[in-house]
Amino acid sequence: MSMDATQTNALVSKANEIRRLILEMIGKLGVGHIGGSLSIVEALTVLYYKHMTVDPQNPLWEKRDRFVLSKGHSGPGLYAVLADKGYFPRSWLDTLNRPNTNLPSHCDRLKTPGIDMTAGSLAQGFSAAVGMALAARMQGQGVRVYALIGDGESQEGQIWEAAMFAGNHGLDNLIAFLDYNNMQIDGLVSEINSLEPVADKWRAFGWNVYSVDGHDIVAIDSALTLGKRFKGRPTMIILNTTKGKGAFFSEGKVSSHNMVVTDEQWREAVERLRQEGEPVTSGEGR
Amino acid sequence: MYEGLEMRKVYAELLIEHAQKDDRIVLLEADLMSSTGTKAFKERFPDRLINVGVAEANLMGISAGLAVMGMIPFAHSFTAFATRRAFDQVTISIAYSRLPVKIGGADPGVSAELNGGTHMSFEDAGIMRNLPGMTIVEPVDSVQLAALLPQVISHPGPVYMRLHRKNKEVLFSPDRSFTIGKIETLETGEDVTLICSGMMVKQSLKASEILRKEGVRPRVLNMHTLKPVDATTIIQAARETGAIVVAENHSVLNAWGSAVAEVVSEHCPVPVFRIGVQDHFGEVGKSDFLMEKYHMTAADIVQAAYSAMDKKR
Repeated sequence: MSMDATQTNALVSKANEIRRLILEMIGKLGVGHIGGSLSIVEALTVLYYKHMTVDPQNPLWEKRDRFVLSKGHSGPGLYAVLADKGYFPRSWLDTLNRPNTNLPSHCDRLKTPGIDMTAGSLAQGFSAAVGMALAARMQGQGVRVYALIGDGESQEGQIWEAAMFAGNHGLDNLIAFLDYNNMQIDGLVSEINSLEPVADKWRAFGWNVYSVDGHDIVAIDSALTLGKRFKGRPTMIILNTTKGKGAFFSEGKVSSHNMVVTDEQWREAVERLRQEGEPVTSGEGR
Repeated sequence: MYEGLEMRKVYAELLIEHAQKDDRIVLLEADLMSSTGTKAFKERFPDRLINVGVAEANLMGISAGLAVMGMIPFAHSFTAFATRRAFDQVTISIAYSRLPVKIGGADPGVSAELNGGTHMSFEDAGIMRNLPGMTIVEPVDSVQLAALLPQVISHPGPVYMRLHRKNKEVLFSPDRSFTIGKIETLETGEDVTLICSGMMVKQSLKASEILRKEGVRPRVLNMHTLKPVDATTIIQAARETGAIVVAENHSVLNAWGSAVAEVVSEHCPVPVFRIGVQDHFGEVGKSDFLMEKYHMTAADIVQAAYSAMDKKR
């Protein structure tokens, strides 16, 4: 079921809003994992506002779909979505990484409503997501599991242990994303330890693979729609993305992984996004 | 009733029994199903035993995923690989995430025998003890295993079990009950306390017999649960006997001996002597040979008991 223009526009404008929330959240703190949070905004938006079956009022509802952000350092990206969905008050976003917060750098299932699995030690969330999909299949309640991994994270052996298992077990209730921004802490993934040919690797491990522009709402939606219908194999959606996307000071910069953000920077970036996201006919802000 | 049966055989039968009553129980193996003895379970419940292949990191990750979905996974490997090989996965995906994964390690310490130094873990219980919320148990025999297993299943957090899979000896009468976290008094006495676990229980009971013949009345305590530590019983033993020997099939660093010494030094300082592996790696050999070589026999415990009593104030 493809989207009409109204739906697409609504998601594009939601992504813009989420991006602004991330910038404000990390900006107010002055430092954070901004690059990988901004690169996954479109994927999170399409997932949470169109595809996932969840109930923010009942975050532990047994029959909900699950999402595991295996590259747990992009927690702020997900927190913006969860706050907007109503899992917790928006005011919590101002507590990111502050003493006694419920929103730590890396996702923690025991602290944050809506976080289905703890992640941060790379590749572990993905392995858990595979176990969750296996459990969901055993339990037979039609639960789907979504996971998102990083490209630097894909250098971990455990990613491929889990990939092999999921492929061999035909876990078609599992849909994963790869945030392929080609940047990791020390430089370019392609230069440090390349993943190429990455789509072939996933195919070889028994996965149904799509490769899309990771900032194209329509393309992500199509891949998700196809992936949900696909039987017999798990689906990998490779998101070709730009690290730090959407903020002039972070976009395309290796240093955006965990960067210091000044007050002027985030305010300016938010303002530019606001103008960009403003519907031509209306002056309504967020 | 378990006389002459290997512990792994009993373990598999017990798991089948519990799995019949509780459909949340699933087993995970990393290509050691024939060693850990769970083949019988696979035959009974083919869909509830998942063999992930030789991939211990993924074994723990998948177990965590099953647990977060409400299942009760039992993840098995050798003690060496269930702990040190996958320690970060156990730490973050299981302990830090507070998930009730039950980790079964086979072949603790010298019982790895002919697999030798690479498979011989003298550090597994010690490293697991560092994890907040981790419960660690080491059943002496199949009777104790059968008594502890329902508690392991119903415990809301992660548990690590050190399983001496080939052990056929039964020390306890079938109706004896044991409680996780509670030291079991095997013999009463006032002169010295012998605290022991797993394989070292038999050695400690032998040592006690020797000591009794020589007029010494030792108290023998089985510390089947390393964590949470039963401080009350240890402090009472320190007060009432004034000297302690701890015997463990593990490095003397970081596990039973250390746990006892920590409690005693804070609450009732008395001499504590530690029998176990003296900070070195393992090697190929039958258990009897290795225990002799590493000074882990009844005679070594007797000697340590006298040394501890000599140091009493």
